[in-house]
Amino acid sequence: MIWYIVRRLLQGIPVFFGSTFIIFTMVFAMPGNPVLRMFGDRTPSPQQIAALEEKFHLDQPFLSRYFLYLGDVLQGDLGTTYAGQSVNEILARTFPTTLRLALLAVLIQLIIGVLAGLISGLRKGGIFDNATLLITLVIISMPVFVFAFVAQWIFGINLGWFRPTVGAGAPWSDLILPAIVLAGLNMAYVVRLTRASVIETNQNDFVRMAYGKGLSRGRVIPVHVLRNSMIPVTTNLAADFGILIVGATVTEGIFNVPGVGNELFKAINRHDTPEIVSIVTILVIVYVLVNIAIDLLYGVLDPRIRYVK
Amino acid sequence: MRISRIAAAAGGVAVAAALVLSGCSSDNGGNGGGSASSGVVNVAWSEPENPLIPANTNEVNGGQVLNNMFAGLVYYKADGSWDYDAAESIESEDYKTWTVKLKADQKFSDGTPVNAESFVNAWQWAAADPELLNQWWFIDAIAFEGGTYDGGENTLALEVIDETTFTVELAEPRADFPVALGYTVFFPLPEVFFEDPEAFGEAPIGNGPYKLGEDGWVHGESLHLVPNETYNGPRKAQNGGLNFKVYATLDAAYADLLSDNVDIVDSVPTSALATFKDDLGDRAVEQASAVFQSFTIQPTLEGFAYDEEGKLRRAAISHAINRAEITEVIFQGTRTPAEDFTSPVIAGFDPEAVEGSEVMEFDPEKAKELWAQADAIRPWSGTFQLAYNADGGHQEWVDATVNSIKNVLGIDAVGLPYPDFAGLRTEVNDRTIKSAFRTGWQFDFPSAANILGALYVTGSGSNDADYSNPEFDKLFRAGLAAIDQDEQSDLFNQSQKYLFEDLPAIPLWYGSVTAGYSTLVDNVEFGWDSWPILHEITKG
Repeated sequence: MIWYIVRRLLQGIPVFFGSTFIIFTMVFAMPGNPVLRMFGDRTPSPQQIAALEEKFHLDQPFLSRYFLYLGDVLQGDLGTTYAGQSVNEILARTFPTTLRLALLAVLIQLIIGVLAGLISGLRKGGIFDNATLLITLVIISMPVFVFAFVAQWIFGINLGWFRPTVGAGAPWSDLILPAIVLAGLNMAYVVRLTRASVIETNQNDFVRMAYGKGLSRGRVIPVHVLRNSMIPVTTNLAADFGILIVGATVTEGIFNVPGVGNELFKAINRHDTPEIVSIVTILVIVYVLVNIAIDLLYGVLDPRIRYVK
Repeated sequence: MRISRIAAAAGGVAVAAALVLSGCSSDNGGNGGGSASSGVVNVAWSEPENPLIPANTNEVNGGQVLNNMFAGLVYYKADGSWDYDAAESIESEDYKTWTVKLKADQKFSDGTPVNAESFVNAWQWAAADPELLNQWWFIDAIAFEGGTYDGGENTLALEVIDETTFTVELAEPRADFPVALGYTVFFPLPEVFFEDPEAFGEAPIGNGPYKLGEDGWVHGESLHLVPNETYNGPRKAQNGGLNFKVYATLDAAYADLLSDNVDIVDSVPTSALATFKDDLGDRAVEQASAVFQSFTIQPTLEGFAYDEEGKLRRAAISHAINRAEITEVIFQGTRTPAEDFTSPVIAGFDPEAVEGSEVMEFDPEKAKELWAQADAIRPWSGTFQLAYNADGGHQEWVDATVNSIKNVLGIDAVGLPYPDFAGLRTEVNDRTIKSAFRTGWQFDFPSAANILGALYVTGSGSNDADYSNPEFDKLFRAGLAAIDQDEQSDLFNQSQKYLFEDLPAIPLWYGSVTAGYSTLVDNVEFGWDSWPILHEITKG
């Protein structure tokens, strides 16, 4: 088990170098000089361009810029944005918010999605099953920004149940609405997966055996049916957690969540190489870690799964 | 030049980044009379791109904060006129050597005095280093004696006479010098700045109507200002403070405005332009702003040199654009067709007095005729391309414009998107661009000299069109040195005759402020520079 984790972590090292290198190359290949953007429609003098290029190492060849950056990163310094802010600080500020948002979204999916899937699976073909299918399909077929704007308009502005945007300090209560929007997108999959899985598990001999032993439904369903149905759902939820952390840009923008997605979008607009590379690298690492965690979860849910060295 | 509004946006949704209007600074108008209110005004805002140092702030977000934290020698009123703020008088006999007298007994919010050295040292520091974004002010915008892009310590010919007096030597006579002095870069700096500019950029200490509140600047979230009781100038705060709230998108800010969670949104998102007047009623603001939009054609583009053929083609293109229809349909009337090379909010604006502006009338017959005349000199083939940055929401009007050209002239005309603003500007700057390209200007200070001098004078820094016309230069310089405002405006208007003959840029339209405010605030007024006059607003 320990060896398994160590081996997986070691595999993450080439992923780290590979991803920073690829991202760095891509940002480097973006056309245009970020210095010129700082001046808007005014053209800076050659001296100003030269001074700023030197300040941001833009005058150096590709490889030396890459190694300069990598050297800093290995010392724990993710660099400074062109605006002079430390990327460490930016991440320390934005990452927890995004993490909380993603957690809340996954929690909503877990509670509502799994419950709805379970009921649908147990009462296959009933009104609840069909209604759930319809609602989740409607939501999943909507582009995220439509769903987000509609939710913001109805619940934020018209009914006033939630603040339309996230306020200072991003309190949990403000994150609920964006989290529901994020959760809604994956909800259909969670419901469908749970339903299919529950139907399948329900037909197993051990379930009939459990009933045969005289166990009550209240014991059979959570312990025997649900637990054995959770493996595909867990994989899906964990993968979604990874996606939510790295890709909630649109929703973060609409609800003004001060998270990583927002920050990354701004950085790309600025051609801010150190910031883009650092944020994306961190996201890659998080994604790798989440995936390791998923694999470990399998073992917890199904002890038959063993980890080889 | 000030850059952009709330930049960035959500993925594919509303992208507003790098709008790039260059722009201006400074405040506000109106003397605050009446009684002060106690509420804190929430202002939609976006994180400044640079530390809050006057010499390094050239975008609107940092500019608005500094403008309320500092008092320059002069300030701007809503209508674009100016008045003294920290200065008592700014005088000159020859318009080359200026004597500045400060009001007595002014203090920074840390208690140190505002004296002649506060200004002189700040300006010398700003002019010393080419890394600073506003260094150009001392060289290109206003030519100071001694200012160069190489910089160096104490290069400007400034002299401290006594505690409250200093003199400024300009490289050439300039009657409108005091008008420019409301811009951020000319703000004074306290001694503590020079000890650690970096720390100062996080928590500036100024001499203006507001100072940093206890919460200060919480990055990514908000910046809080409270009234500065040591300020006794004409812009006294009429509210209990300002809370600049960070918004990632204009849409998010607008959603909060509809539910009174934010009080001032100085730019309505494109998605709400059609509805914001219904949504807000009399709390919707729409007025002309000092923004001039155009597209520029470099003379190296085949067939568009500044010769007879090129001038005919430029005029034909201009006649072929239906500005009235595009501003109405694409911009819902929030742009006004251009009539000259300046802006309606700038003193001296008078299209009647400008010769040759009829070239901007939509006239398909004339356009075809001129194009045919040019073809008779030398045939032209190919595609007319108009480049724009795709991250700035320009696609719609560019498509409409090239379609207008295509339909009238019967030539191929297409929009040419660049992924982002930096990419476009790099090719413009390197003169490698092979098409016409969009250009815009937001005035830095309310004077026609700002745009004419920066864009069209021979060899000036932002002369993207490589325009050079000695006749224009002559009239422009005469205008700069003109004794009074009317004479100056007159000369500037005359000089534009040459711009209309040669059309280094094809004027399109003027911008507008489209803004709104909440039900909780009163006395909201927007200035000539599109900025809300924050110190006047009352709440609660």
